[in-house]
Amino acid sequence: MTNNLIPLGYLVATAFFIFGIKRLSKVRTARQGNQLAAVGMLLAIILTVLDINLKANGAVDYRYMIAGVIIGSLIGAIAAIRVEMTQMPEMVAIFNGFGGMASALVGLSVVWRAVHHQMAQSHYTGALEVHTILGGTDVAVSTVLSLLVGALTLTGSLVAYAKLAGKMTGNPILLPGRHVVNVLLLGFALAVAGMLAFGSYPGITVLILCLGVLAAALILGVMAVIPIGGADMPVVISLLNSYSGIAAAMTGFVLRNNLLIVSGSLVGASGLILTQIMCKAMNRSLANVLFGGFGGDSGDSAAQSAGYTNITEAGPEEMAMMLEDAESVVFVPGYGLAVAQAQHVTKELGDLLEKRGTKVSYAIHPVAGRMPGHMNVLLAEADVPYEQLIEMDDINPEFKTTDVAIVLGANDVVNPAAINDPSSPIAGMPILNVHEARTVFIIKRSLSPGFAGIPNELFDYDNAIMVFGDAKKVLTEVVNEVKEAS
Amino acid sequence: MSPFMMGLTVFVLAIFLGVELITKVPPTLHTPLMSGANAISGITIVGALYCAQTGAVNVANILGLVAIAVAMINVVGGFLVTDRMLKMFGRKG
Repeated sequence: MTNNLIPLGYLVATAFFIFGIKRLSKVRTARQGNQLAAVGMLLAIILTVLDINLKANGAVDYRYMIAGVIIGSLIGAIAAIRVEMTQMPEMVAIFNGFGGMASALVGLSVVWRAVHHQMAQSHYTGALEVHTILGGTDVAVSTVLSLLVGALTLTGSLVAYAKLAGKMTGNPILLPGRHVVNVLLLGFALAVAGMLAFGSYPGITVLILCLGVLAAALILGVMAVIPIGGADMPVVISLLNSYSGIAAAMTGFVLRNNLLIVSGSLVGASGLILTQIMCKAMNRSLANVLFGGFGGDSGDSAAQSAGYTNITEAGPEEMAMMLEDAESVVFVPGYGLAVAQAQHVTKELGDLLEKRGTKVSYAIHPVAGRMPGHMNVLLAEADVPYEQLIEMDDINPEFKTTDVAIVLGANDVVNPAAINDPSSPIAGMPILNVHEARTVFIIKRSLSPGFAGIPNELFDYDNAIMVFGDAKKVLTEVVNEVKEAS
Repeated sequence: MSPFMMGLTVFVLAIFLGVELITKVPPTLHTPLMSGANAISGITIVGALYCAQTGAVNVANILGLVAIAVAMINVVGGFLVTDRMLKMFGRKG
């Protein structure tokens, strides 16, 4: 009976996670959901320490555990308190990496201990069935998989972080022969999994093979993410989120622990669904995102601004005048809003207009920004009520009766070429139909193209007016103008 | 049933459960969902704790120590930042 108490407690912790995620389905209960999950985690940690203590009959040295918990908690807490909401994509990216890293380290530690144990127990240097070292064929395979998935999640996430934080180019880096290299690396890792599952080797060979898998996976993670453009990061972060969960589940197989398996699969499923949503919102397949080498950051602006024939330009004063007469205004935020940190001034302008009796809403494209839900978090930070944030399918029919749409640092997601030009690289991608509004203001620093690297048809439309400048600066001026007028 | 088959069954069922749960999360909460998922993936802490249970200075223990620290960053950082975000969603503008 007492053997079952710990697993029973783990089951309760699992239930906390499940109820926690269930409560995330409504804004009203979401915070409580997160807290429930945190309670589940605390329970899991306490039970584990208890279990270790019971099994070792109290002969446990807690120094390592306590040191690890304190160091990790401090770093985590500081990161969580300090991070700006505009930096959430970077934070999630790096946390995906940590998740993978933890799993890979646990896998490696298990191998190390097993090998060490075998070598210490006897001076036997000949071949020994590996699964007797690691505890079974399935354990051998899942150990290799946890090393593989964990390590590639780590380096892949670090590259994604560097791209998001602007520490390396957002453009795809396409190395020659990269597909061949990737296949070889992956093939090697899987071959080792097969070898360890069915062959028998001395402990030291097992260790070397596992370190080889680790190295291959670390390179593979870098190779997999560098060819992906900065604007495809919503897909990459979601996918790496999923991998970090899968890695945890694999560790669960290694340790034969159902709590790890269930929690890991929940995270894995979550990342997969988000990946799918992001791909659908870009009308691209996952394979195209991963291997297409598509979409860098904005290209060479001078070369790309050519080709427009019907650009109308205006300043903040004219924009303010037009807004004063508008009955309905829709804001369309994009990545540029995050870069300019313009969420607060956007809300200020929205409030000002609402006070004048204008109907104000915010149109959210699923891939606006650098991660799923990025714009929603920024606008929530600025206190925009979430009822005013309207999803693409609901807002699109409204544009026909909208007086003014204001595009803030969004580009490809409002390009009508996706509908009109079947030969366009973004043809078929669902867009926000801002061109149907009576007037569209596009606040943008230049005429440079978006991630797709193509001109935006919208800029040439008769109802489109460009306001050149930094989104925050322009909107601040508009706010002042509107204030003076009222 | 072998422990492996047991684990595999749990794994597959949990994925189905995860898909059902996550599809109900509205797009407006997708960022908190991801940071919350970061925190939950820190469940590897459970495995990491088993790896660092002796005081002996050896590689396996040190790997365990680092794993605990890294997993704990995810747990504490993930839950805290998610809470910070959800607090903002809750208040009325």
